[in-house]
Amino acid sequence: MRYRSVLLKFLSALIVFGSWEIAGRIPVSFAFPTFIESMAAFWTLLVDGRMFVAYVETLKPLVVGVLISASLGIGIGLAIGLSRKFDWLVSPIFVVMQTAPLAALIPLLVMVYGIGLTSKVFVVCIMAMPVIVLNTSGAVRNTPASIIEMGQSFLGTRLDVILKIILPAASPIIFAGLRLGVSAGFIGAILSELKITPTGVGDIITYSRSIADYPSMYAAIFSIILLAVIFLNVLERIEEYLFKGSRQTYVSE
Amino acid sequence: MKLFGYQLPAMSSLILWGLLWEIVGQLELTFFLPPLSAIFSTLMEISTTSVFLKALADTGYAFFIGTSSAIAIGIPVGILMGKSRFLDELLLPWVNMFLSAPLTALVPVLMVLFGFGMKAIIITTALFAIWIIVLNSRAGVMQINRSLVEMAHSFGASPKDAFFKIYFWAALPEILGGVRIGFIRAVKGVIIGQLLISIVGFGALFELYSSNFLMKHFWAVLIVLFAIAFTIAEFLAHLERKVEYYASRR
Amino acid sequence: MNDKTSDIENAVSVHNVYKNYGDVEALRDLSLDFPRGQLTSLLGPSGCGKTTLLKIIAGLLRANSGEITVNGQPVAGPGPDRAFVFQDFALLPWANVIRNVAFGLELRGVDRSEREAIAEKYIGDVGLKGFEKSYPHELSGGMRQRVGLARALSVDSQVLLMDEPFSAVDEQTRRKFQEDLLKLVKNESKTFIFVTHSIEEAVYVSDQVAILLPRPSRVSEIIRPEGFRHKDANSIRRDPEYLDIVDRIWASLRTYVE
Repeated sequence: MRYRSVLLKFLSALIVFGSWEIAGRIPVSFAFPTFIESMAAFWTLLVDGRMFVAYVETLKPLVVGVLISASLGIGIGLAIGLSRKFDWLVSPIFVVMQTAPLAALIPLLVMVYGIGLTSKVFVVCIMAMPVIVLNTSGAVRNTPASIIEMGQSFLGTRLDVILKIILPAASPIIFAGLRLGVSAGFIGAILSELKITPTGVGDIITYSRSIADYPSMYAAIFSIILLAVIFLNVLERIEEYLFKGSRQTYVSE
Repeated sequence: MKLFGYQLPAMSSLILWGLLWEIVGQLELTFFLPPLSAIFSTLMEISTTSVFLKALADTGYAFFIGTSSAIAIGIPVGILMGKSRFLDELLLPWVNMFLSAPLTALVPVLMVLFGFGMKAIIITTALFAIWIIVLNSRAGVMQINRSLVEMAHSFGASPKDAFFKIYFWAALPEILGGVRIGFIRAVKGVIIGQLLISIVGFGALFELYSSNFLMKHFWAVLIVLFAIAFTIAEFLAHLERKVEYYASRR
Repeated sequence: MNDKTSDIENAVSVHNVYKNYGDVEALRDLSLDFPRGQLTSLLGPSGCGKTTLLKIIAGLLRANSGEITVNGQPVAGPGPDRAFVFQDFALLPWANVIRNVAFGLELRGVDRSEREAIAEKYIGDVGLKGFEKSYPHELSGGMRQRVGLARALSVDSQVLLMDEPFSAVDEQTRRKFQEDLLKLVKNESKTFIFVTHSIEEAVYVSDQVAILLPRPSRVSEIIRPEGFRHKDANSIRRDPEYLDIVDRIWASLRTYVE
């Protein structure tokens, strides 16, 4: 029984990659390479170093954007959660941003900031920020009243209560919000490379498509999805480890 | 927030921001931000043009087909995963993966496979929406109160009765929650699809307006899109609240 | 109830029942009889398998071995001769009171007007007249359990299985429930099997108290509090025999409380 879950995972991967291989061999479309061809292209990209060069380029706006969104987003979220006035004034903007298709802003950003790094960082920020802000503010607002009252009854100052009670109580959700922010940031980074200017991985995808080198195109897409999924999984593991026993489930998307 | 003892409605600060926008626009500080009033009058103008209506209809069509297929496939798959451990273990890793994966990267593949058109946009929309619907339907079925199931069993319920009178209703709050988030994701998906494919619907319109620097037109379309997205999300949240009373009571 | 089944003195009999959960032995060689028309309590510390035994009788769980008979018929699963009252009420949150009460009948295929007429009667009997159209979330815990009780009564089973039915309601309501239960036992010719962890409650309501001891569960003692059964509900709690029995049971159970 212990191997059941490993076995099933293996079986499930076999089914998916197997059907990819078969679909590629039929082939279902001239633009559908087999799994093995794609993996070979993946290997080539990896060995000749193009992949690494590309990722340095792709991750730049992502890292910068996520760092800006995280510091700004947590700050704004804290302010919203702690002050009713600020909440009234600011949170509607983020609620609208959360539901709106912000990708539509990209043409505008390009007009304002050109096609360089700034625009791409902006795209990552507008994608990642709302979810970080809303989760932070929600977590702060939902701190159990009883432990805040406990802090006050033992004569904690406002700062004590914020730093020693509200922040630790809110941190699991804030962290989960960050994870969702990173996930949205990935979408932003890829979108900006596909829409604004093809650089990094976006360049490999676009270029391989234009010369009909489909295995390389699939390999590049495979690699970015793999990277995102692995990175987000690592974040989730860290989260589970850090906040063991305080799993709360109202993370909102 | 309260002002002079009067409770201000939740989203009322947007009016304040709108006013600020108007002032900045009137001062002509930047070319990119025309006054809000001018944007609205442009909106009135273009909202009857056939180009705009065509874009709206195309987007609506892609959105409708995409989300309906995501719901039609997602809910049954989720319920099956919740009920069968084997299927669950087989599918869950993939569902989780696609849930967090940047699906935008798949759009180029869809473009070469299904052509530069409606089909690729519909599939993008469905792909954005379906995973969360599957996952929530699964969660809804899995966390059904054990004693409700035992209750039905002790009164001799047939499997069909148990499904339609217990499982479905008990899982409904989660399913609706999944559909709501799925819709929000689908709105983003349909726009991302159109931006990248950019010859259909609003994608084409954005291209047209931004290359001709028609800022008022651009903002008008943007505001319409945001308003529609927000309305859809709020409507579904309202539906969800209607069944919320029993979701919290399990 | 026909004459043939009522000839049998015990409505429910449990013989040499074993139940394991994996390696854990929950019930070992447990035998117990439940006299017809009486209320039998299963009393014991938590983890002693009282609820397991009740669910085996209900047919919701299967014993590993042993024989369970209801009116002389072996139990193979849930049946119309038994009705269950759940600890957490198990009401459908999306259905109103009348549909909840009629739900057992609905599952048995009774048509709507008939089942609602029956439900109406029992809603009145448990004192919820006027709440037919209310939803469970609008009712207090005590009222919700009255709905659960009405649902069990409305299918008119001969055996009522109650799994700590009063543990989720407040103390005052609980006392009222206990008094009502005494009346119910007297007026309805049904057999009640009642799981509880409260010694006072068991002695107060029961014709027969079966004390179960844990790991693995077996019946350690059967007590029949008979002396004060004829007294009215108010004076039982002051009756010396009642107090003695409560003390005696506590003395034998206290070593099992950690």
